[in-house]
Amino acid sequence: MALTLNVNGTSHVVDVEAESPLLWVIRDTIGLTGTKFGCGIAKCGACTVHLDGRAVKSCTTKASAAVGKAITTIEGLSADSTHPVQVAWLELDTPQCGYCQSGQIMMAASLLQKRANPSDFDIDSEMADNICRCGTYTKIRAAIHRAAEIAAQ
Amino acid sequence: MNIHNVSRRKFIVTSATAAGGMMLGFHLPAQAARLNNNPWELPTDKEGQEVNAWLAIDPDGTVTIRVGQSEMGNGPFTAMPMIVAEELHVDWKMVRAAYASGNRYLRQKAEDYQVAAGVLNEDHQVYRRMGTGGSGAVRRSRTFLQQAGASARERLKEAAAQAWGVARADVTAKDSVLSSGSRTGTFAEFATAASTVTLDVEPVIKTPDQYTLMGQSVARLDSPLKINGSATYGIDVRLPGMVYAAVRANPVPYGGIDSYDADAIMGLPGVIQVGELKPGEIMDARTGLQPAVYVVADSYTRALSALDQMPVKWSATPNDGVNSADLFADAHAALSLPGAISVDEGDTAAAIAGATTVVEADYEAPYESHACMEPFNCTVNITDGRADAYGSFQNPPGALAVVADQLGMDPINVFTHTTFLGGGLGRRSRNDEPRQAAEIARQVGRPVKMVWTREEDMMQNKMRPMAVGRFKAGLGPDGMPVGWSARVAGHSINAHLRPERVVDGLDNSLLAGIRNHPYSIPNQFVDVHVRNSHIPVHYWRSVNASQNVFMGEQFIDEMAQAGGHDPMQFRLDMVKDLPDWTLVLNTLREKSGWTTDLPPGTGMGIGIAEEFGTVCGQVATVTVTRRGQLRVDKVVAVADCGHLCNPIMAEGQVEGAIVTGLSAGLAGEITIRDGKVVENNFDTFKVLRMNEMPVIETHFALTGGDKWGGLGEPPLPPVMAAVANAIFYATGKRARQMPIVHTDLSWG
Repeated sequence: MALTLNVNGTSHVVDVEAESPLLWVIRDTIGLTGTKFGCGIAKCGACTVHLDGRAVKSCTTKASAAVGKAITTIEGLSADSTHPVQVAWLELDTPQCGYCQSGQIMMAASLLQKRANPSDFDIDSEMADNICRCGTYTKIRAAIHRAAEIAAQ
Repeated sequence: MNIHNVSRRKFIVTSATAAGGMMLGFHLPAQAARLNNNPWELPTDKEGQEVNAWLAIDPDGTVTIRVGQSEMGNGPFTAMPMIVAEELHVDWKMVRAAYASGNRYLRQKAEDYQVAAGVLNEDHQVYRRMGTGGSGAVRRSRTFLQQAGASARERLKEAAAQAWGVARADVTAKDSVLSSGSRTGTFAEFATAASTVTLDVEPVIKTPDQYTLMGQSVARLDSPLKINGSATYGIDVRLPGMVYAAVRANPVPYGGIDSYDADAIMGLPGVIQVGELKPGEIMDARTGLQPAVYVVADSYTRALSALDQMPVKWSATPNDGVNSADLFADAHAALSLPGAISVDEGDTAAAIAGATTVVEADYEAPYESHACMEPFNCTVNITDGRADAYGSFQNPPGALAVVADQLGMDPINVFTHTTFLGGGLGRRSRNDEPRQAAEIARQVGRPVKMVWTREEDMMQNKMRPMAVGRFKAGLGPDGMPVGWSARVAGHSINAHLRPERVVDGLDNSLLAGIRNHPYSIPNQFVDVHVRNSHIPVHYWRSVNASQNVFMGEQFIDEMAQAGGHDPMQFRLDMVKDLPDWTLVLNTLREKSGWTTDLPPGTGMGIGIAEEFGTVCGQVATVTVTRRGQLRVDKVVAVADCGHLCNPIMAEGQVEGAIVTGLSAGLAGEITIRDGKVVENNFDTFKVLRMNEMPVIETHFALTGGDKWGGLGEPPLPPVMAAVANAIFYATGKRARQMPIVHTDLSWG
C-alpha cells in the first residue's frame, strides 16, 4: 500500500506492506543506509531513529506507525555533521568499526534532549540498549559528556 | 632491554582516565571527510599518477595511499597511510586512503625493489599481504610500507634532481614540496617523471627515533564518515537492477534438506525465485556450500517474509541429538587420558610426585560467537564472463578465490570490492557468505544482495572452539614450583579446516597461551586432545589464548596461594630474565595500586600473557555482593608492544579487546541443544553493555628496540583471568568455568 513518510523533512510516498519494518523502508525503499540492521528484535540499538524527536528502534516499528510523524535518521540529524553529539564524537575519535555508531549517536542525541547534562547513571540507563562489539563504550560516555558541554556553549 | 638512549620514563605513556577520552601527546584533529564513502573507490574522481602500487598523486597534490588490510575498527585505514606518509614526507592533510585491489594483488607480482633485511616476504604479490588477522596490520606490514614510501620519495627527488640538473642528495622533500637551493616544486609536478625513475639503490628506511608522524595520535581518517551514516558497509551496497536474497540453512550445521515447498510462496508479493544451495559431491567444511534454501524477491522484507512462510523439511542428521553437556562430558573424559605431547622438559611426573605441595584444577570454556554488529551479507553481480563481489571482506583475496571457485571462473575475472566492515573478529575471513551469494547470483542471473538475519548469522556462525583444561603443579618447600603439567582437550580449527596440519593428534594452536608461557619452572609437561564435534569453528579475536590464559593464569594464582606467595611477586620471581614481562608487571603493580588487602567482597586479580609479540598484563578490581552479584569495577591494562604507531588508536584496541573478553567471559556463550545453536540473537546471547562497563585504564610500557607487537588481540586473553583471580580475593571462591555467570559466587 502507499504510505507517506516524512523523513528528515522530506515527504516520501512509498509502496510497501503496512507491516514492513520502518528500518527496511528507510534503508531499501528510501535509500538512506546510515540506519543499520543489527538484530531485528529491538535488542541492539543499531537501527535507532527519532520519531517526533523520540528515539525508537526502527526494526520493530511498523512503517504505518510512522505515518504523520517526523522521522529523523542519522543523515538528518544535521546537514553537515555539526550536531553537538557528532562534533563531540569526532573530537574524541569515538568510532571503531562504526556500524553501531549511527544508533549510538541517535540515542545520545535523544538523551541530551531529555537531560541537558546527563550523569553517568543517566548514560548507563539510556545507552544500555545500544550494543558496541568493538567496545567503544568508554569513549561514547566521554563523548556524551563532551556533547553536553558543547551544547551548553 | 634495549631502551635506545631514551629514559624509560619517556616510554611509559599513560592514557585513559575514569572519564576516558584522553589525548596522548600531539593530536592531529579530525578534518572533513577525506575518504570516498565507498572505500574500494578512489577518494576523488581524479585519476592520479601512480608512483608505485601503493600510492598515486593527483594533479592537486592529493596522495591516495592504498591499504591492504580491512577496516573493521582496527584502524588500518589510518595507520597504514601513516606508515607510508612517514617516509614520503607528504603533507598529511593531502593524504587519502583507499583499498588496494584484490584482483590486482592476484595478477601482479611485487615491484622488484630490494627489500630491507627482516622484511616478511612470504608473499611476493604486489601488495605483499592482504587480509587482516593475527594482529598483524602494523606488525607485519610496517617495513615494506615504509620502504614503499621511502622509495617513492627518493624517486620524486631524483625526478626533480634530473630536471634541475642537481644531485639527488641536494634535493629535499618536505610536506609535499621538493626543493633545492632556490628551486621548489610540488610532488604533483614531478609525479609523472618519478613514476619512470629507477633507483640504483633503494633507500634505507627510518628507525623509530627518526619518526615525526608515526607515534602521534593522528585522528582516524574514517571517523567523519562514521558519524553521519555515509560510510558504506557491505549491507549498504546497492547495484542497479539488484534483487534481494534471504537464506536459511539447516539449523544443524551442514545438515541437508529433505524438501521445501516453493509453490507455496511463489505467488507472494515480490517473490522472484526460490531455490536451494547444494554442497558439492564432497562435503568440505572449508570450501563447500552449507545446504540451505533461499528466496529472492524485489525487497529484502518480501524475501524474508516469503521464506518464513515456506514449508521446509530438514534432513535428519547424526548430530540431531547432540547437546553441549555431551560435548563437555567427552572433553572432560579426555583429560584423564594421555594426549599428544607438545612440551616435555625434565621429569615432570617425578618432580610433582616428590613435591611438598601438589595443586590441581580443571577449567572450562564454551563455544563463543563473533556476533559482529553487521549481520553477514554479500552482493554479487555476474556479467559477461566477469564477476564482481561487494562485501565486508576480512580476507579479500580469499573471497575472490571462493567466488571464482564457486562460479568455475578464472580468478583474474573476479573482482572484489571491500567495504567498511561492521566488525570482523576473525569471522569475516571465512568467506562462506561470498560463496553463497555467488551461487545465488549464478542461479538467478541478476545482481543479488544476500543478507542473513541475525538468527541466521548466529546459527550459521563458525564458532570459537570450546575447550577444557587440567593443570597440575608441584611446589617445593619454598612454595615455588618444581614441576607443572597442563592438558587441554578441545575443538581444533586446524582439524576442521586443514587436517594435514594435525599430525599424530598434535595441534599446538590449541595450546596458545599455555605452551608459550615464560615462567621459569624446571619440569614442564603439556599435552593435548583434539575433540571436534559437528559445530564448525573459526578464528576469533585471540582464539585459543582467550580460553587458555583464563585457565593457565588462574592456575598460576592457585599455585601462588598454595605456596603462600603474593601472586604479583610470584610472577615477578618467575620472569626475572625477561625485561619486558618484568617492566609490564612492575608498571601494573604501580598503576593499579596492587594489593590483596581489600575488604571482603572486593578483590584485585592479575592476568598476563604474550601473544603476537606483545606482552599485556591487567589487574581487574571486582565487587561481589554476599548474594553473589558480580561487578567488574575497573581494569588497568599495561602493554608492551615495543612501539606505538598511533597511540589513541592503540588505546582503542586495548579497550576493545578487554570489552570483547569480558563479554565472552562474564555471560556470553554459545550452547548446543539438539545439534543446534541455542543463543541466536541478542536477547539470549549476552554481550557487555554500557551499564556493565568497568573503568578501563590503559598504559603502555614500551621496551622499544626491534619489538613491534600486535595490539588487536593481545589485550584480550588476560582479562578474564584477572577477573577470576579478583573474584577469589573477593569471595574465596574459584570461578573455573567461563562464562562466570554459571558459578555461584555468594559468600559470607
